[in-house]
Amino acid sequence: MSDHEYTPKSKFGKWFNDRLPLLTLSNHLTEYPTPKNLNYWWTFGGILTFCLITQIVTGLILAMHYVASADLAFGSVEHIMRDVNYGWLMRYVHANGASMFFLAVYIHIFRALYYGSYKAPREMIWIIGMIIYFLMMATAFMGYVLPWGQMSFWGATVITNLFSAIPFVGESITNWLWGGYAVDNPTLTRFYSLHYLFPFLIFGLVILHIWALHVPGNNNPIGIDIKKPSKDTVPFHPYIVIKDLFALLIFLIIFAFFVFYSPNILGHADNYIEANPLVTPAHIVPEWYLLPFYAILRSVPDKLFGVIAMFAAIFVLVILPWLDTSKVRSAIFRPLYKQFYWFLVADVLILGYVGAMPAEGLYLLVARVATAYYFLHFLVILPILGAKEKTLDVPLSLTEPILGGVPNEAILRKKKEI
Amino acid sequence: MKNFLKYILFSIFLFYNFNSVAAEQSNKLLDPGWTFKGFFGKFDRAQLQRGYQVYTEVCAACHSMKYLSYRNLSQPGGPEFSEQQAKIIASQFEVTDGPNSEGEMFTRPGRLSDKFVSPYPNDQAATAANGGAYPPDMSVLVKARKGGADYVYSVLMGYEDPPSGIILDDGVYYNKYMAGNKIKMSKPLMEGAVEYLDGTITSEEQMAKDVVAFLAWAAEPHLEARHKIGFRAIIYLLIITVLVYFSMKKLWSRIETKV
Amino acid sequence: MEEDKKTERRDFIFTASYALGAVGVGAVVWPLIDQMNPDASVKALASTEVDISGVEKGQSITVLWRGKPVFIRRRTEEEIIKAKNVKLEDLPHPETDEDRAKNPEWLVMLGVCTHLGCVPLGDKGEYGGWFCPCHGSHYDTSGRIRKGPAPTNMEIPKYEFVNSNTIKIG
Repeated sequence: MSDHEYTPKSKFGKWFNDRLPLLTLSNHLTEYPTPKNLNYWWTFGGILTFCLITQIVTGLILAMHYVASADLAFGSVEHIMRDVNYGWLMRYVHANGASMFFLAVYIHIFRALYYGSYKAPREMIWIIGMIIYFLMMATAFMGYVLPWGQMSFWGATVITNLFSAIPFVGESITNWLWGGYAVDNPTLTRFYSLHYLFPFLIFGLVILHIWALHVPGNNNPIGIDIKKPSKDTVPFHPYIVIKDLFALLIFLIIFAFFVFYSPNILGHADNYIEANPLVTPAHIVPEWYLLPFYAILRSVPDKLFGVIAMFAAIFVLVILPWLDTSKVRSAIFRPLYKQFYWFLVADVLILGYVGAMPAEGLYLLVARVATAYYFLHFLVILPILGAKEKTLDVPLSLTEPILGGVPNEAILRKKKEI
Repeated sequence: MKNFLKYILFSIFLFYNFNSVAAEQSNKLLDPGWTFKGFFGKFDRAQLQRGYQVYTEVCAACHSMKYLSYRNLSQPGGPEFSEQQAKIIASQFEVTDGPNSEGEMFTRPGRLSDKFVSPYPNDQAATAANGGAYPPDMSVLVKARKGGADYVYSVLMGYEDPPSGIILDDGVYYNKYMAGNKIKMSKPLMEGAVEYLDGTITSEEQMAKDVVAFLAWAAEPHLEARHKIGFRAIIYLLIITVLVYFSMKKLWSRIETKV
Repeated sequence: MEEDKKTERRDFIFTASYALGAVGVGAVVWPLIDQMNPDASVKALASTEVDISGVEKGQSITVLWRGKPVFIRRRTEEEIIKAKNVKLEDLPHPETDEDRAKNPEWLVMLGVCTHLGCVPLGDKGEYGGWFCPCHGSHYDTSGRIRKGPAPTNMEIPKYEFVNSNTIKIG
């Protein structure tokens, strides 16, 4: 991948590297030429890697003490919280870690949307990323079932019932998912097994994600192709590493506030009541990171089409590289797209908000409008923008002046002020 | 850099907002001022000990606390009864143990390692004995209610005569803070319901406050350790963030681009 | 001169970052390790009370305490005499029988071979006590190691007679 072939200095290193080129790999990773104008929105890749590893490590530990059984699960979580040494810390880091993971992944995704990182030649990075995102949602959902509280149980019931919308085979599929005629012990144990497995699938996909990234190299705020290595790039280590580390530490401070001072604020009080198949809680709400999709699901009055709309909301992201036909990547040079981008951000936030509200009256109306706009953005606005939008002049390189003779650093600063 | 921080703060603000909006309730909950809130929040030992007394003498007639053990009463960060006191408390309860070598269950005095003895053998018995309303287990009650300690305290203090026009069935009481304003538990705390050993006045407010503090500890027994470790962790993170920031500035000063 | 100072300060910042980072990593690793230690509920595990009224002379019972077997043997006169008559010099791990059995009639010990943790068989072995089938350790009627790979005598747990019929272990 790097242009020059790497040869280890020591004799043993050379012997080893000829048989297993780990040193070449590590050299590639440290030397990896990275655009030097990456801003802090680009640090979330590193933060996400940290999140994944944290979740896996704390998850492994919780698995040592947790018991996957409908009768014992709730009690075993209390055992972790009360008796296991630092068990409360492990559980709170894991539970809030899921939220922090999603916070970071949403920033990561919206960064890609703003700077057009999904466009050629980076479609594969984007698609793998979307699969990771989908697996993350599945993992988080199944993880939320494990404490076997009221929200676990009823969340599981509602989400698995989505599949009953499928014509003809729906019921067979839900029975197959449950291993019975309702969410019960068999459901819990299989969710536990899969919740344990999926993070490792995600880990594998993350490796592919990074591999696919290292083929074309990073996009950058200007969104132009840059020569590598050149005056426009810096080696990944130490320049990007330390910047990522700095951003990670700030992220950790926020993380720590949640874990130590409001560990339950992102959860739902009802989940501290043990699962009871006879009583449904007054408001069933998924975790905050799934709320926009939940709003889309509820905004469609038909069961089957609601489910289809929800999955379509994710699928439309997968095919985004072909919906956005504009040749210019970065929103900095796309004045109209930039406006619509912020509309989309607001739209998704609104969806999240109404997702947490009861599905009635004004909330339902807002949810419907927001759902319609969500699809409109991707399926109509983006293709039209691609054809019609008048984009600004794009500089040729990060250091060279653009065609009009204005140095692009100045443009950048101006854009920032706007 | 500045922008970045602004965005982060904004998103946190959004988070908190989402939740507080979702948690909005018609009646503002009472907040008697808890010692365990805030960065350095700690439990008041004497209050927890009094709260335990209210729990055993009043609540425990119907409400179990099945995830607590008698040993918890003497562990650090809790009521911190001495181990001897906790042993005596435990020994006042009859614990069913067994089977013995003949295969029979038998009772014996409680030990520190025993879980709190439940008033009913199972949930069904508890429901049946209380007119069809299951008295919830109190181990994590404070965490299991929106509004937490404030809410539980408010319900204890929220018994009122029903406003005109509301007719209540037998065994149903009016409560200002309960969801739907109807509760199947009769007003549990009357002035002088218990007699505190330390001479604290047993007013309704005092007992409610004490027992809710006790329940808050029971739901979150490591709260003090969490606050202490959290404070250290955040101070540590702030210091190392500053150090890494200057290291980063140094490194990037070799390159003309601003970080 | 100026240049020197600059390098010094830079080095200081890097070193301080590394050092503080190492401290942080250590502080994070400790809970990850400590969580595997016995938890509060295990540590608090009660003492066990055993009813010994039904045990005849020459019989023994085995009870479970902290997940391990405890042998409680009501020894015969013969066994007691045999145990007391052993010279300390003959023992790989010298302990008197009086030290091991407060009440000579009752021997209470952890039924775990000190070699690698198997449970020895009773009334077996060359010394009339216990014999561990795993690697051939022989124990005498006081549970002391006499022959074989085990390094020490079988352990005596903390116990007391609550009354003449009940032993409290732990």
